[in-house]
Amino acid sequence: MFYIYCPYCEEHREEEEFHASGEAHIPRPSDPDNCTDAEWGEYLFFRTNPRGLHHELWVHGIGCRKFFNITRDTVSYEIKETYKIGAKPQFTHAEEKV
Amino acid sequence: MTQKNRLASGGRIDHQRPLNFTYNGKALTGFHGDTVASALLANGVDIVGRSFKYSRPRGIMAAGAEEPNALLQLGATEATQTPNVRATQQDLFEGLVASSTNGWPSPENDAMGFVGKVGARFMPPGFYYKTFMFPQSMWGTYEKFIRKAAGFGRSSLESDVDVYDNINQHADVLIVGAGPAGLSAALAAAKSGARIILADEQSEMGGSLLDSPALIDGQPADEWAVSAIEELSSFDNVMLLSRSTVNGYHDHNFLTIHERCTDHVSDCAVNGQIRQRMHRVRAKWVVLATGSHERPLVFGNNDIPGVMLASAVSTYIRRYAVAPGNKLVLMTTNDNAYQAAFDWADAGHEVVAIVDTRANPSGACVEAAKSRGLKVIIGSAVIEAKGDKRVNGVLIAGIDEVGEKVTGSVEPYDCDILASSGGWSPAIHLSCHTGSRPVWSDEVIGFVPGETVQKQLSAGAINGSFSLESCLKEGTEQGLIAIRNAGFDIEDRSAPKTAPVNEDRAMALFHIPHTKSTSRGPKQFVDFQNDVTASAIELATREGFESIEHVKRYTAMGFGTDQGKTGNINGMAIAAKSLNKSIPETGTTIFRPNYTPVTFGAITGRNVGELFDPERYTAIHRWHVEQGALFEDVGQWKRPWYYPKAGESIQDTLNRECTATRESVGILDASTLGKIDIQGKDAREFLGRVYTNAWAKLAIGKCRYGLMCGEDGMVFDDGVTACLGENHFLMTTTTGGAARVLSWLEIYHQTEWPEMEVYFNSVTDHWSTATISGPNARKVLAKLTDDIELDAESFKFMDWHTGTVAGVPARVFRISFTGELSYEINVSANYGLAVWEKIMEAGSEFNITPYGTESMHVLRAEKGFIIVGQDTDGSVHPHDINHGWAVVDSKPFSFIGKRGMKRADCVRPNRKQLVGLKTKVPDAVIPEGAQAVNDFEQPVPMDMLGHVTSSYYSANLGRSIAMGMIKSGLSRIGETVYYPLADGRVIEAEICSPVFYDPKGERQRV
Repeated sequence: MFYIYCPYCEEHREEEEFHASGEAHIPRPSDPDNCTDAEWGEYLFFRTNPRGLHHELWVHGIGCRKFFNITRDTVSYEIKETYKIGAKPQFTHAEEKV
Repeated sequence: MTQKNRLASGGRIDHQRPLNFTYNGKALTGFHGDTVASALLANGVDIVGRSFKYSRPRGIMAAGAEEPNALLQLGATEATQTPNVRATQQDLFEGLVASSTNGWPSPENDAMGFVGKVGARFMPPGFYYKTFMFPQSMWGTYEKFIRKAAGFGRSSLESDVDVYDNINQHADVLIVGAGPAGLSAALAAAKSGARIILADEQSEMGGSLLDSPALIDGQPADEWAVSAIEELSSFDNVMLLSRSTVNGYHDHNFLTIHERCTDHVSDCAVNGQIRQRMHRVRAKWVVLATGSHERPLVFGNNDIPGVMLASAVSTYIRRYAVAPGNKLVLMTTNDNAYQAAFDWADAGHEVVAIVDTRANPSGACVEAAKSRGLKVIIGSAVIEAKGDKRVNGVLIAGIDEVGEKVTGSVEPYDCDILASSGGWSPAIHLSCHTGSRPVWSDEVIGFVPGETVQKQLSAGAINGSFSLESCLKEGTEQGLIAIRNAGFDIEDRSAPKTAPVNEDRAMALFHIPHTKSTSRGPKQFVDFQNDVTASAIELATREGFESIEHVKRYTAMGFGTDQGKTGNINGMAIAAKSLNKSIPETGTTIFRPNYTPVTFGAITGRNVGELFDPERYTAIHRWHVEQGALFEDVGQWKRPWYYPKAGESIQDTLNRECTATRESVGILDASTLGKIDIQGKDAREFLGRVYTNAWAKLAIGKCRYGLMCGEDGMVFDDGVTACLGENHFLMTTTTGGAARVLSWLEIYHQTEWPEMEVYFNSVTDHWSTATISGPNARKVLAKLTDDIELDAESFKFMDWHTGTVAGVPARVFRISFTGELSYEINVSANYGLAVWEKIMEAGSEFNITPYGTESMHVLRAEKGFIIVGQDTDGSVHPHDINHGWAVVDSKPFSFIGKRGMKRADCVRPNRKQLVGLKTKVPDAVIPEGAQAVNDFEQPVPMDMLGHVTSSYYSANLGRSIAMGMIKSGLSRIGETVYYPLADGRVIEAEICSPVFYDPKGERQRV
């Protein structure tokens, strides 16, 4: 069970207070109507599944109800950082653009 | 029976306090301080069970958590039945009732036993898969017999009478294991004032010190342990947990400790005590001082009762004053095990021989053995044990220096107990739980903890530092490091002192050679619990299983409840040798939680019965109960399902409730519908983005139905939203979807459109909602309000008004889910019941009839109104359910779902569409879920057109009604489809409009 630092509450809390909400940094296309089916499908369904660092969207559901991001190592489950929506992660893959 | 193996004095038991217990119905006696295992051995019980596969007799082999054989069923009553209890870890108490879990009719005389003798070659690994797979239809029959023959414990058929608990703990340092390393770590750390938990699985802390002959700081080891514990217990900041197994090491230093609070006292806890408790610990730093397990050696017939671990023999003598036999042969690869022979001799029994596999052992213990006049046979091994239900002799032969071949002649010796030691395997289980790969050490002849990302340290035998001196030293060091890492200042402290022991190197030997090949020789067991032999592992490698993980799964090695604590390293060594690889090349399997089995009670704690899941009640709940309502679970809500009167069938009730509503007036508790208060200057724009329809022009005082979709275009929720003010709306959601919808609004606001000024708040529980519905609804409401104009002009359909109802401030919404004239009366939840009762009173002259969710479903289905989640399933978009009218593509913002429902697959022809279904036989009700076909005589598999989503008998219409998905259904109105059912019937139905009642919608607008 993870021990997660909520960047809004500024405290570590048990995972039970949080809920994972999928991969982070998947912005909604600004002009959906002009997306091709392939582009929309990419946005809707396709996610990376990296071995190593992964940016995830979480919500402090039983707490401040704020969404925020976590950079987590999918091998060791180590949480490298948590950061607010709109902020950039400090930890990234070499080939990754966030 | 007398305790024939009990020594007259000694041990840590109380010889003055006898305890009575029964084993397999036999009355036996032990002493206070005994485990069930030590008591059974004292009473001369050799056989404690039959083996899993070959049904061979098995006896107690170990003295601790690693015991593979002595798994007993405990419990004096049906309600207290507990399976899978390791006799070595269960304290004896007065009146304990234990039985063996396999062997029929008894473990001593087992009907399946012949298999173990003659069936060797007939039951190789994969035997069950290979033999019983065909014909597949017979598997159920085979399985019953196999399970019965194999024998497992059983769970109680009655509810557990005991109370279990969970407790959350935060520790600065958690020390696992209170042996020499753990105790010294705790002593070093205690003065810091940090929160320290020291947990140990045994009934008494001290670990190996309790049966060690060594001196620490001039004191006998066991006395030193007692005074160390005394010292620690004087610190308020140190929590000492005995009988508490740290069972799991999870991510981010979260560990679970399974504490048995009363299992050592009685069959079930008394006086409301907690029987077992799960501590859920978040620790800043962890020191693993888990020690090590002795490895048995693998040789012929090494499973005969009377063959034990060398250290176990010592423990039973020194700690429990039990010498389980008379004539001992000890086989060892190391110095450490000599102690067993010394203890045996000191107990006044005969040591037949110490068989040392090393060619030229030179440690201090060899000299000691010689000076005691004990016979030491070097460069040799016990290649085979003799005996049936108890070992009665051994065959000893010289072996070569690497332990691969028998070199000398084979000599028989008589004995009735055989102790073996292949060295010690560090207990690395917990360090593996978080995914850390252990590392092989040739020096240790075992795996030690590998790299980890946890805040974890380890001390003592877990690191392969087996000597007492190094355990005390490492414990002290790591205790200081842990406490400093956790942010505390503390002075250095020197380790407790003990005399160093001159030990010779141990031999890396696992599998003793035999004069015959492994497959032709007597059975040589590796995993006792799952009956995995050395030849089975060799066979697995010959059959092509090269990965140790595959060998494990093929042979079932390490799959027992003991997780291969005694057998795994031996198995890996045999596999490695067979594959011509080294052990590190072959690799290891990974231990997973839990270290030892945990009861379900301890896991669930208090979350049982009515506390299993929260139940939500409306303010009117008590009234429903008093009226005899039956309830339906909707999410966590208890909603009235229907209100049967005496003598009514469910259909009678539904008919009465539905008819009364359409003819006069019905009342529904609609408080459970999700209610979200939405405010802010961008609230209206936000609604336009999350709903498929238009919100720009909804005036204050008006309500509108809204349909919500996902980005894939599929229907996600629906409900009515009212405009309370220019920047203020009240959204209603489905009962089950409320939390999901709120989260949905939040995620879009917070991650996509943070610039919008809008706020969401759940107000579901703030309001109590009574919906009155039917042609007399207005007359009822008129009696209860004098400040709300109710005439059709002043209060139109889809309007809402504030006012006073039954003297209470209310919001009244004129919206309808029945198609009748309806008012949803919302009052502050605290007034909910009072207002409800006033409405009932006012409505009595109109025979106002409460109806539940079932009648609500029928009434809405008569109108063709959908229920999201019943008539939709996440794969239908608004056009599929003929709700295109609720989709406004012309909105400036590309609302959620717009792009999704334009995907090629969403606009293709031949999609399934929601239609009404009228059966040819009017009172035939098609089962929900039934599949439509065009031709019911088509051979299976038929072409399926879609399933029935809603289906009821409608008393108002005097016939059945249904809705369902049909491929291209909207263009097939008037055509016939068939529903072939599992029972052979075929129901014929005509595709029609789903609006069966009042198609023009006039009744709700009167």
